[in-house]
Amino acid sequence: MTIEERQQEIISEFQMFTDWMEKYEYIIELGKDLPLIDAQYKVDDNLIRGCQSRVWLHAEMADGKINFTADSDAIITKGLVALVVRVLSHATPAAIAEADLFFVKEIGLNEHLSPTRSNGLASMIKQMKIYALAFASRQL
Amino acid sequence: MTVEINIESLRAQFPILHQQVNGRPLVYLDNAATTQKPLAVIQSLDNYYRSYNANIHRGAHHLAHIATEAFELTRKKIHALVNSKYEHEIIFTAGTTDSINLVAQTWGRKNLKAGDEILLSVLEHHSNIVPWQLIAEEKGAVIKVIPITESGEWDMAQIDSLLTDRTKLVAVNHVSNALGTINPIKKLIDAAHAKGAVVLIDGAQAISHLEVDVQALDCDFYCFSGHKMYGPTGTGILYGKESILNDMPPYRGGGEMIKTVTFEKTTYNELPHKFEAGTPNIGDFIALGAAVDFMNDLGLSSMRSHEDELLRIATDSLSEIDGIRFYGTASHKTGVISFGIKDFHPYDIGTLLDKQGVAVRTGHHCTQPLWDWYGVQGSVRASFAVYNTEEEVHHFIKALHKCVQLLG
Repeated sequence: MTIEERQQEIISEFQMFTDWMEKYEYIIELGKDLPLIDAQYKVDDNLIRGCQSRVWLHAEMADGKINFTADSDAIITKGLVALVVRVLSHATPAAIAEADLFFVKEIGLNEHLSPTRSNGLASMIKQMKIYALAFASRQL
Repeated sequence: MTVEINIESLRAQFPILHQQVNGRPLVYLDNAATTQKPLAVIQSLDNYYRSYNANIHRGAHHLAHIATEAFELTRKKIHALVNSKYEHEIIFTAGTTDSINLVAQTWGRKNLKAGDEILLSVLEHHSNIVPWQLIAEEKGAVIKVIPITESGEWDMAQIDSLLTDRTKLVAVNHVSNALGTINPIKKLIDAAHAKGAVVLIDGAQAISHLEVDVQALDCDFYCFSGHKMYGPTGTGILYGKESILNDMPPYRGGGEMIKTVTFEKTTYNELPHKFEAGTPNIGDFIALGAAVDFMNDLGLSSMRSHEDELLRIATDSLSEIDGIRFYGTASHKTGVISFGIKDFHPYDIGTLLDKQGVAVRTGHHCTQPLWDWYGVQGSVRASFAVYNTEEEVHHFIKALHKCVQLLG
């Protein structure tokens, strides 16, 4: 699936929810479910410091595609991180670098991406793109 | 005199409170961050720009006269509010942070030497830590810290050993922004003076809740912000004792703060203008005067008793929540409740409260050393103002139960 298709998939999943509570229940479940990152990578070097919640991000390259694993100490941030990882992981560096994450706005979670939310999510996406550019330059 | 507040007519003076957030009525409980503004303040600002905007002190024309008079009237009102000995001991700044930086960069630069000690407390806001670190690093001065007890109060048993002959400055808050603790500043001021130290009080969280009498306190500096006392942002006060202010070098250079300028030698203006370089924030300071009137009309003791009642109701209801941990349980507190629930992240609780129209503060509240002391990332903080209602407190508690249900 392309990054575009994955985003469409998430958008249609979220269309099932009729109010904010169902939506956040789902995000919280995503946050609880996933053991997102290997303990050895949950270190300060991989820490993206938000003002409020913290995010850890690890990137690996396999078969020309980048795999991301990540974690957060806040469950809602972790659920949102899970969605972003689902969209951007297992994609080529070029596709990640160019990706426009329109799904966040479409599912009504744009507020979490604004820098004022300080949850580390916006910085995480920026860091993912930096990894993509770094891996892409190594491939040349 | 304490009189019961007529909450309906009071809330009618705050247009911002009457709105929906995420489809729910707004419950604004982030008042320790900034209070909302009454109509009198908003109208004062509006009236200034509509009717008599002019640069002050210099102009020889009609508008300049009115604007100067209105601007200086606020100084008179602040002078009365904190009972300073002289009106010219009230310096206008951009905010509490600006006031503290002014003292650090002028008094500190002139008076601190290598080996001198600056005494702070674990409860300090970053604004009352970092300015001292900057000047301490430059001068080779040493920062010492008053520890706290589990209840979030200064460990007074340590004061005697922390105050030494080397202590040159004590800088502490009157009320903790993160916990609401009302600190026994008078005791500390007297003990510090006995050692010959100068004392600066960060009163940002006290000024809209407690009676402040700088002469009775005998503090050397007292700082606060207009926006936390129902006034506009960008207005701050530095009170300083006349003799100390006169002895301090100027802070910023520019217009207004000079007497005469030649390329060889500039002489400086008298207090308070010596510390007010450039065109000040005229309109906002005029409107700050309306905020002082607003507080005076209600009466601080009436405001305090209303907020205390909300604090009591909220604390009682919160105590019933399974897994709650209160931070700051001092017997003398302003209307601030800081807490955590189980291992839920404050950000998660804040996000889910926001979805229900409830505005609280989450995180470290600019007091990271305090949370390091508690060994947690931060807290959820609800803080009350005079316009909050019992109904809002119940709404907040109900919304919090919903958060627990979702996160649990």
